[in-house]
Amino acid sequence: MLAVESVSKRFGGLMAVDNASLALEPGGIVGLIGPNGAGKTTLFSMISGFVAPSDGRILFEGTDITGEEPHRRAERGIGRTFQIVQPFAGLTVCENIAVGAYLRHARRADAIAKAREVARRVGLAAELDRPAGGLTVAGRKRLELARALATEPKLLLLDEVLAGLNPSEIRDIIPVIRGIRDEGVTILMIEHVMQAVMNLCERVYVLAQGRMIAEGRPAAVCADPRVIEAYLGHGAAARLAAEGAAHG
Amino acid sequence: MTARDLIPIAVLAVLAALLPLVVTSSPVMNFLVFTLIVALGAQGWNILGGFGGQFSFGHAAFFGTGAYVTAILQMRYGVNAWAGLLLAAAAGAAVAWAIGFLSFRSGLRGSYFALVTLAFAEVFRILANATPVTGGAAGLLIKLEVHPANLQFADRAVFYWLVLAFVTGVLLLTRWIQRSRFGAQLVAVRENEDAAKALGVDSLKVKLRAIALSGAVTALSGCLYAQYFLYIDAHIAYGSWISVELLLAPIIGGVGTVFGPVVGALTLHGLGELAKQFAGRIPGIDLIVFGSVLVLAVAFARGGILGLLERLRDRGRGLVARGAKEVSHAGR
Repeated sequence: MLAVESVSKRFGGLMAVDNASLALEPGGIVGLIGPNGAGKTTLFSMISGFVAPSDGRILFEGTDITGEEPHRRAERGIGRTFQIVQPFAGLTVCENIAVGAYLRHARRADAIAKAREVARRVGLAAELDRPAGGLTVAGRKRLELARALATEPKLLLLDEVLAGLNPSEIRDIIPVIRGIRDEGVTILMIEHVMQAVMNLCERVYVLAQGRMIAEGRPAAVCADPRVIEAYLGHGAAARLAAEGAAHG
Repeated sequence: MTARDLIPIAVLAVLAALLPLVVTSSPVMNFLVFTLIVALGAQGWNILGGFGGQFSFGHAAFFGTGAYVTAILQMRYGVNAWAGLLLAAAAGAAVAWAIGFLSFRSGLRGSYFALVTLAFAEVFRILANATPVTGGAAGLLIKLEVHPANLQFADRAVFYWLVLAFVTGVLLLTRWIQRSRFGAQLVAVRENEDAAKALGVDSLKVKLRAIALSGAVTALSGCLYAQYFLYIDAHIAYGSWISVELLLAPIIGGVGTVFGPVVGALTLHGLGELAKQFAGRIPGIDLIVFGSVLVLAVAFARGGILGLLERLRDRGRGLVARGAKEVSHAGR
């Protein structure tokens, strides 16, 4: 469904993303993990059209979308959330979600109905008439999710929707994400909360210093020495193995 | 749109339409017509600035275009005044679209957009002052020929009703915008352009539509100005005074609301007239009033007069609710 082919992004002298490739089949949840500054959000921005790649191409359902504007990609069915939440602060929760719903529903009544339905799904039904600026962090994360869902995407890019939430809030939102997958939406998520990654993702990609260094099932990837070293530094994998042997 | 959306507009229009039956003095009628013309232009500004968040400092460019197009067509080419009205609106939309295309495509926003619009209006003013077709510095006179076909009426009240009809029409248009997909997308672009794009909003298209509509409405007001006062020159039509008037009214009245521009224009000009009555010997007293009201509005009434009223109403309701609770507690 989505194919990122050897994509690179240079910011001046910095290679933010370096020859990264990624392929998603329809359905399922795929994780994108990696240490801070690995280029995960930049890769997301290239998939959603906010940043143009310096090199490489991006295909969605077989069509080359590398040069397309973000709104065109949203029409094609690519939805995204922002790591730093971007609510329309002056509008109510319902109006916020309706902006997304208007993409596929021209009439106001239909868009509002869709917004209400989505709000119910993500657990915002009680907040519909509140100004979006007054929501808690957890509420804002749900709102990001709801707005993106209201565009009825085929592919949903979630950029750290769990960051900043406490464990009980995370526990509440995981079933929501799983529910979205069960309805047939393909999900690609950037996440640092490993418990959630292990729990949700069937497959993960690991990005470090702009390069895709590993790919596979979460448990296998976490045991991969290259991944451990990317997070904990050079030689960490060997030290961990030695310690493990000593304790064993 | 529901009945609840339309009733306030209808009530206001009917009340305002009855006014000439009570008021017959011609200075008062002059005042009302001028204020409504400003209100109409300000409604145009409000579509782009209020709903779209793109603050223009150069709406004179559209006001002046409306005024000149109608005057030139009528005086030099003998075009019927009513047809001139429509053509003026179209010209306003076209000029606005072009300015919008140039500035929005290059990603100008905020103060940069404001400065560019100001620059365009100034360029138009200098050009209008220098080219023969606009009458240059001497300006353009529209011949006095009282006949409904020329938009000139024996009774001032008729012109007042005409302007009122336009103002009402734009109130309805604004209400429609507020309730439509276009309006929702426009407000989304104002609040956060990137988030709007991610939700599939074509922000360039939305902003261009808004500026074209805005330009058309403001051009209409310029056109009505020319038809009422029958004389324009570059300083009247393209001067920065009108740009300021058109943005001041919505900011004072309530930016991004349906009634804000009308409320703001009436308040400003009402206070300005009062000040002139009481201190007529001090030149520019009305401008001092404008300035003071603006400072007060910015300092104490974000969201303008309508925003202030809404907050007071909410507070009033809060008090009533609390009072009711205390009563029920006392009852126990």
